[in-house]
Amino acid sequence: MKIDSNAIEPYEPKVVAFCCNYCAYTAADLAGSLRLEYAPNVRVVYILCSGRIDAVFLLKAFEDGADAVYVAGCNIGDCHFLEGNLSAIRTVAHTKHLLAEVGLEPERLEFFQIAASEGPLFAQRADEMTERARRLGPNPLRKSMKQPAGGKLARELDAHPPLPEAKLGQLIRHAERVEELRI
Amino acid sequence: MIVGDLKPVKEIEASIRGRSRVLILGCRGCVTVCNTGGEKEVAVLASQLRIASRARREHREILDATIERQCDFEYIEPILLQIEDVDVVVSLACGAGVQQVAEAAAGLQRPVQVVPGINTTFLGAALEQGVWAERCQGCGDCVLEITGGICPIARCSKSLLNGPCGGSSDGKCEIDPEVDCGWQLIYDRLSALGKLENMSRVLPIRNWSTSRDGGPRKRVVEELRT
Repeated sequence: MKIDSNAIEPYEPKVVAFCCNYCAYTAADLAGSLRLEYAPNVRVVYILCSGRIDAVFLLKAFEDGADAVYVAGCNIGDCHFLEGNLSAIRTVAHTKHLLAEVGLEPERLEFFQIAASEGPLFAQRADEMTERARRLGPNPLRKSMKQPAGGKLARELDAHPPLPEAKLGQLIRHAERVEELRI
Repeated sequence: MIVGDLKPVKEIEASIRGRSRVLILGCRGCVTVCNTGGEKEVAVLASQLRIASRARREHREILDATIERQCDFEYIEPILLQIEDVDVVVSLACGAGVQQVAEAAAGLQRPVQVVPGINTTFLGAALEQGVWAERCQGCGDCVLEITGGICPIARCSKSLLNGPCGGSSDGKCEIDPEVDCGWQLIYDRLSALGKLENMSRVLPIRNWSTSRDGGPRKRVVEELRT
């Protein structure tokens, strides 16, 4: 299929969320288990502790076309490694300055505290950040990119070839075999 | 170690305006230790410059590299090929490093300009994580043995050799209530060391030709030369 690169596509924000293993990532799992609906624009990047975050990672995300980025760590005092979240807060604050220096809105970057039990909060933050990215408009770097990195949106899954249909016969035969074994 | 501050990105951008291939060159020496020009700072600056130029839809390629020390030709040599391949080099080393790389790059078949990415500030020590303070001015005639290990040249605002002056009050300097009076520090240290008699020793008028006043300095060790 020929893709017309000049065609104007509706703006759909891409949001990158760096989530700590001990809280936000677990909260994301919980949001899933609770069947909560949240913006499909958020791509979760797993990190062991929010303290692992580095200005280079955050800038790289923007370089690759992210419209908003957030780091989600534990509540103050809850860090599994004692001070990782405090360090992440400082890194995010510093990176906001770095972004402002080169003309990107610092609001595109944020730090959130989301405890492991706060699945609904995770969903809320994801929606909030997507909404913010929508309000701020696309990352100006996108224009100079042929194909924004970060893959396609989850909602475009429909465009993928359908999964092969389950063959009922096979399943039944399998069940019969299990029954036989049991006898 | 030599301490420096990163220049504002706008200033760096102005010095590389119009160049399409840029190499950001870091140094693993002093500027890595004071978090100004090491591998990580190089990556951050490269990323910032990429974002800035792409946001303006300018075509610019930003490369980055970090070498062991920029003040030694032997470490610059291996990256000369890379330098020859770009339009401008932004060096994140101290002034000495920038000049050494500039000299090497100017001698290439296609001379390449080298611009500084940091402002070299002072010879200092780390007080704590993220805090550095001036401790030496490289005056070329050390008196630390008399002053209890506290330098009157670097730590007294007036570089007095026989202080303190009348501007010392409550242990602070008159230039700023945040600045300690160097001579108060010396007095306290000498009294802790039981060497207060050093305070009454008058240091004679100094020959500043060992410092910057004698022009650019050079050290030659004959037995080390090849």
